[in-house]
Amino acid sequence: MDASLIDYSRAQFALTAIYHFLFVPLTLGLSFIIAIMETIYVKTNKPKYKKMTKFWMGLFAINFAIGVATGIIMEFEFGTNWANYSWFVGDIFGAPLAIEGILAFFLESTFFAVMFFGWNKVSKGFHLLSTWLVAIGSNLSALWILIANGWMQYPVGMKFNIDTVRNEMSNFADVALSPVAISKFLHTVGSGYVISSLFVIGISAWYLLKGRNIAFAKSSMLIGATFGLIVSIFLFITGDESAHQVALKQPVKLAAMEGLYEGKTQAGIVAFGILNDKKNVDNDENTYLFNLEIPYALSILGYRDSFAYVPGLKDLVYGNEKYNIESAEDKIKKGKIALEAFKDYKKFKNQNKIEESNNSKFLFETYEDYFGYGYLDNPKDILPPIGLTFYSFHIMVSFCMWFILLFMVILFLLLKKDITTQRFWLYASLYSIPLGYIAAEAGWIVAEVGRQPWAIQDLMPVGIAATNISSTNVQITFWLFAFLFTALLIAEIKIMTKQIKIGPNGGH
Amino acid sequence: MFENLNYLQLQHYWWIIISLLGGLFAFMMFVQGGQMILGKISKNDEVLKTMLINSLGRKWELGFTTLVLFGGALFAAFPLFYSTSFGGAYWVWMSILFCFIIQAVSYEYRKKPNNFLGQKVYEIFLYINGSLGVFLLGVAIATFFSGSQFYINEHNFTTWENSLRGLESLGDPFNVLLGISLVFLVRILGAMYFINNIDNEIIRQRSISSIKIDMIIFLVFFLNFLYFLFTKSGFSYNENGYVSLEKYKYINNFLQMPVVGIIFLLGIVLVIFSVFNTIERKKTSCIKIAGIGTVLTVMALFINVGFNNTSYYPSLTHLQSSLTIQNSSGSQYTLTVMSYVSLLVPFVLAYITYAWYQMDKVKITEEEITAEDAHNY
Repeated sequence: MDASLIDYSRAQFALTAIYHFLFVPLTLGLSFIIAIMETIYVKTNKPKYKKMTKFWMGLFAINFAIGVATGIIMEFEFGTNWANYSWFVGDIFGAPLAIEGILAFFLESTFFAVMFFGWNKVSKGFHLLSTWLVAIGSNLSALWILIANGWMQYPVGMKFNIDTVRNEMSNFADVALSPVAISKFLHTVGSGYVISSLFVIGISAWYLLKGRNIAFAKSSMLIGATFGLIVSIFLFITGDESAHQVALKQPVKLAAMEGLYEGKTQAGIVAFGILNDKKNVDNDENTYLFNLEIPYALSILGYRDSFAYVPGLKDLVYGNEKYNIESAEDKIKKGKIALEAFKDYKKFKNQNKIEESNNSKFLFETYEDYFGYGYLDNPKDILPPIGLTFYSFHIMVSFCMWFILLFMVILFLLLKKDITTQRFWLYASLYSIPLGYIAAEAGWIVAEVGRQPWAIQDLMPVGIAATNISSTNVQITFWLFAFLFTALLIAEIKIMTKQIKIGPNGGH
Repeated sequence: MFENLNYLQLQHYWWIIISLLGGLFAFMMFVQGGQMILGKISKNDEVLKTMLINSLGRKWELGFTTLVLFGGALFAAFPLFYSTSFGGAYWVWMSILFCFIIQAVSYEYRKKPNNFLGQKVYEIFLYINGSLGVFLLGVAIATFFSGSQFYINEHNFTTWENSLRGLESLGDPFNVLLGISLVFLVRILGAMYFINNIDNEIIRQRSISSIKIDMIIFLVFFLNFLYFLFTKSGFSYNENGYVSLEKYKYINNFLQMPVVGIIFLLGIVLVIFSVFNTIERKKTSCIKIAGIGTVLTVMALFINVGFNNTSYYPSLTHLQSSLTIQNSSGSQYTLTVMSYVSLLVPFVLAYITYAWYQMDKVKITEEEITAEDAHNY
């Protein structure tokens, strides 16, 4: 397959995923915030909470629509743009997507209508239940899609079938309860909750800066900041577990996240650093132009042991006997043996040569775990883009720290001071809305770019996953999607800002 | 329970589920049908149009969701179809997706201030989704009977052998007949839905007029489609999986599976009966019977093309690459696991019905739509 096809297929999927993930996180968290607001309304029966619920619900609906639109594209793009992938792992990967449809989408879409149009048609209790069910449905949807994604990062619960040339599921529980999938789900929804909290406190701060809707804004801010503080701490904890799983299952990604070329014990985490772009795995240049390190932290984060050895990129490419790390070159050699044995098996089977085909099958099974490496040519092909992964990771972590501080300060100011006079923190809240999105997208880049060149970790490189199609077709659809999504994004932002300007008193 | 079924039984079970989802999706496309006749029924009266759009807007997501589930179920249960059809007929599916993306935002954005593209553009989006989207889906489904040009290698990777990547199916009149039939069927369903869901005499009268014309056009195209279907050769396979052409395969399938044939006929009769009741007896709730009729008809067509040793996705250029429910399905383990998940479908249908009932107990009125605190599309 030609490089431009792979590049455009990747770019198209990345484009869809990035746009999708601009809208989904807000849906995930705002749905819960709205449900909390409505619960307070039902408990207290105070109309101001109903008005509050309806205002934020209006913004939720504007955002929700594009999330749904981009979501359908992602599901079908597995087939349209990654047809070989769809066959190779469809037996496993398709299941979570189908379950997502049955368990989550219908819950969301059925009760979404009740939530918006049922205020005067159904009882208060049923309406509240509908609001909670939309929140649960949205998050259940995230659960199943992230189980599918988690499986791509850490494929378990399956067996390769040499006759059908695909991976087949052997244990559903292993797929659904994979520690990578679970930590990925918790961390990703956590990021959505934080974004939503930032959204609520940021917009509320804007009202306070403008001197409008003061009581409404303060109450919204209190709910947003309380929720935000709890979920940002939760995000920090799940991030730690996520990184631990990366260390265990995707050591190349971890090394790239930290720009760690030389493996070491008592490894520290780079709190801040600028990479030296002349550095690569074959030279002895300094890794950083500048860096600040927290001692021991990477060993603890990765392996829960301050003295643990953390393999560097050089170890993973060239191997390290002392620490029993196999080189990529050896893996590629074994992979090519597996690939040859696989082809021989097919050939002998077609010729009805039973003994030869059995021998080939045995040889294949011996090296089966390296099968995916057989498609690589150079040991350095296992390396993802280091700079992009490194900076994305550090942006994500730094912003998370800032969000925790912000939520704490806002809560303090709300409870102990007159927040309307604290213009610095009000502006900080407002300008932190885009930071939340940047952090979430950076996290997505760490997860997805950091695992390159693999479509399925160690099993299938992206180069053979794509649909066999001329790159012109994909280029055209890439630009069509880029144009359409951008137009819709502009529409969303313009509608959102207008609705915010109208405010809770002038809307529907 | 499902462990006791053999592989073939599971494959059959899953094809029935796919057929049911296909039928439900066809029914849910009353939303698309309604979108096509918005202008015709409202005649640009803004209040009437708002009533119509709000009536549809409370249901559009379920159709969207059914499409997603239909895709997900195919991915899980018949992954070789998923990779072959979606990757192969690239432009048909991409065009369908474009038609559906623009629907998703249109309801919510159409009347919002500062909506960037203007109200008219979103209404055109709804029309495109309704007409082109449904037509292309009909064409894509017709290829289940007419076949496509692809080759599957020994690794089960697909090569599409026509550079138009699926658009070539538009050149086959048989496919076009089903596409147009589907368009007019969903227009009829859309009009029936309006009659049932909205309390307004003008809308009712205009919907009935619309149904009269659309029913005639639908019958012309659908009967022609059936004529071609029942007289053409079909793609049959033997116990070794060898695919060959068989004369009158699809009418034979109905005759050899009489229950499926009866379901098919019953479905058509129910649709015709509903139209008659709507027009002549002025009944307002015929969407329910017409919906059941649509589900049964589409289900029977899917079962016809998937069962009785029939290749449901035939290859025109390399007959032995044709897909059958046996050579394209997921593994036995996956089908078993997914079968347990499928037990949730009745539960899902039950809560959808309950929520709909709660919401539709009182029909949409002009007062409701023009109320100040209403969340309107």
